Amino acid sequence: MSILNISGYRVKSMAKSTLTHAFLILVALTCLFPLFWMIRSSLMSNETIFVNKSLFPSEFNFHNYFVAWTEGNFGVYCLNSLLYTASVVFGIILVSSLAAYAFSRLEFPGKNFFFFMFLAAMMIPLPGSFVPLYVLMNKIGLVNTRIGYILCMINVGLSLSIFLLKTFFDKMPPDLEDAARIDGCTKLGIWRHVALPLARPAIAVIVIFNSLNVWNEYILATLLLNDKGLMPLQRGLMVFQGSHSVDYPLLMAGLTIAAAPILLVYLVMQKHIIKGLSSGAIVG
Amino acid sequence: MSYLRLKAFSLPRTLGILENYLFILPAVAIFSIFYVYPFYEIFNLSLHDWNGISLTRQFIGLGNFKELAQDKIWWSSIWHAGYITFIALTFQNALAFALALACDQDIRMRKFYRIVFYIPPVLSEVVVGLIWQWILYSGMQDGQHIGLLNYFLNWVGMPHLVHNWLSDPKTALTCVAIVHSWKGFGWGFIILLAGLQTIDRQLYEAARVDGANSWTMFRHVTIPMMIPVLLVVVILTILGSMQVFVLVLSMVGQGLVYHTEVPVTRILASMTGTNQFGYACAQGIVFGLLLMVISFIQIKISKNTKQA
Repeated sequence: MSILNISGYRVKSMAKSTLTHAFLILVALTCLFPLFWMIRSSLMSNETIFVNKSLFPSEFNFHNYFVAWTEGNFGVYCLNSLLYTASVVFGIILVSSLAAYAFSRLEFPGKNFFFFMFLAAMMIPLPGSFVPLYVLMNKIGLVNTRIGYILCMINVGLSLSIFLLKTFFDKMPPDLEDAARIDGCTKLGIWRHVALPLARPAIAVIVIFNSLNVWNEYILATLLLNDKGLMPLQRGLMVFQGSHSVDYPLLMAGLTIAAAPILLVYLVMQKHIIKGLSSGAIVG
Repeated sequence: MSYLRLKAFSLPRTLGILENYLFILPAVAIFSIFYVYPFYEIFNLSLHDWNGISLTRQFIGLGNFKELAQDKIWWSSIWHAGYITFIALTFQNALAFALALACDQDIRMRKFYRIVFYIPPVLSEVVVGLIWQWILYSGMQDGQHIGLLNYFLNWVGMPHLVHNWLSDPKTALTCVAIVHSWKGFGWGFIILLAGLQTIDRQLYEAARVDGANSWTMFRHVTIPMMIPVLLVVVILTILGSMQVFVLVLSMVGQGLVYHTEVPVTRILASMTGTNQFGYACAQGIVFGLLLMVISFIQIKISKNTKQA
């Protein structure tokens, strides 16, 4: 009797785990298939794409990537995206770590006021803020300039980065900084040679999330950059899509060019990304 | 230490404080120019009639807001965003929670699933929207469907389901909502899974000893423990889904007049389409207030449930 019970339980739990896996695999396939279809379509020619619906193309046609990169201007878009992402992330780290260090370690009147100002910016949703921002940029002549877009994007990532870094500095034991101070190190020197190297884990999180954010940004790039030579990838893709008859294989090649770097970074860094996201969620 | 400092010379101390201000100066400068000033300007502009170009702005008081109150397209756009949010709250979050529950158990390939489910959220909305636009494409050539979905429906013998997905007002918004959920569920999954993993396993053990089955354990252990995390997910889902618009632009574009408009596309249209900058700002303020009211109600509810 008890043996029967146990085997019954086993059968039941096996059926349950099979069902669970079937469900998970099905969802995983729905996540991956559109990407597969994008790459597959990018390898076809304009003639074959409309008639051939086999899963794997019979011939691999990398011509689209070449055309997208040169005639489609994606080489320029891609370099712009790289430039914007690198400079914005560098700027955010520099500016936010200086401010966060001061909020955590230094004393000055109005400290709480300034810190809560940055906090409030994270809490208040401002969906139409691009309108006055565009007006301002137009007024000071920063529309259609790289520096204008970079400064705007630094501001977008600033509040959260200051908040994350301040929380990190607060938890850090001040012993090393005290030692450096006794050795005659200046405040700026302590920030540069003690605090920043110790904050590496928090900086890594900020680098990853801001890179994803800048690389994928669309609306400010659309409003602020009209010149094709200045556009990042996301904006360039929509130029493509907006034309009269869409060349789908070419568009798919462009999409692959835009998605590949982010996927690569994600796959390499996924441990940190998921960890950062999870811990952030519990805190929030 | 502070006692000593108080007694110290006042000039070096003042210089020290000035030096401390230098640390926050770049951040405060950028923030003031690119956040505080636009924040003030959005309220200022909302009281004016201005086309964005001319040197003079006409002060019209609350005129923009009065006009907005009667703007049927505007309110229907909020309705559309609400519909997308509703689908995200139900379909997307239910899926995320089910997946998180499945991965909270001791099963194989857990890491693999976690990596794969978070792929759609790292892609940009432009990329996601354009891929799905291609899959849902409704064009035909030589009697064959070009888009994958219609081709597939025809191939499996269900040609009656073939549809102009993105050009029919009845289905376009639902398609956007489902793609939005596809892009978002992996995010909810990661956060809910992290929440599930903080639940003490001993609680489950104790419940099992007391003779609880899976359902009662879920109902009386998992759900109560997850309420704070679930509320965070709900608030962020609402704020994110209400403000969706890049997906609409990349999937439907300007094709369907007014049927897939959401608030942010309306703001954009007022700004770049009809050059009513003041009106666009008024829309932004009303929408921002609406979002704040929603999050405020959510936080109220979460406080009440914590007390209960």
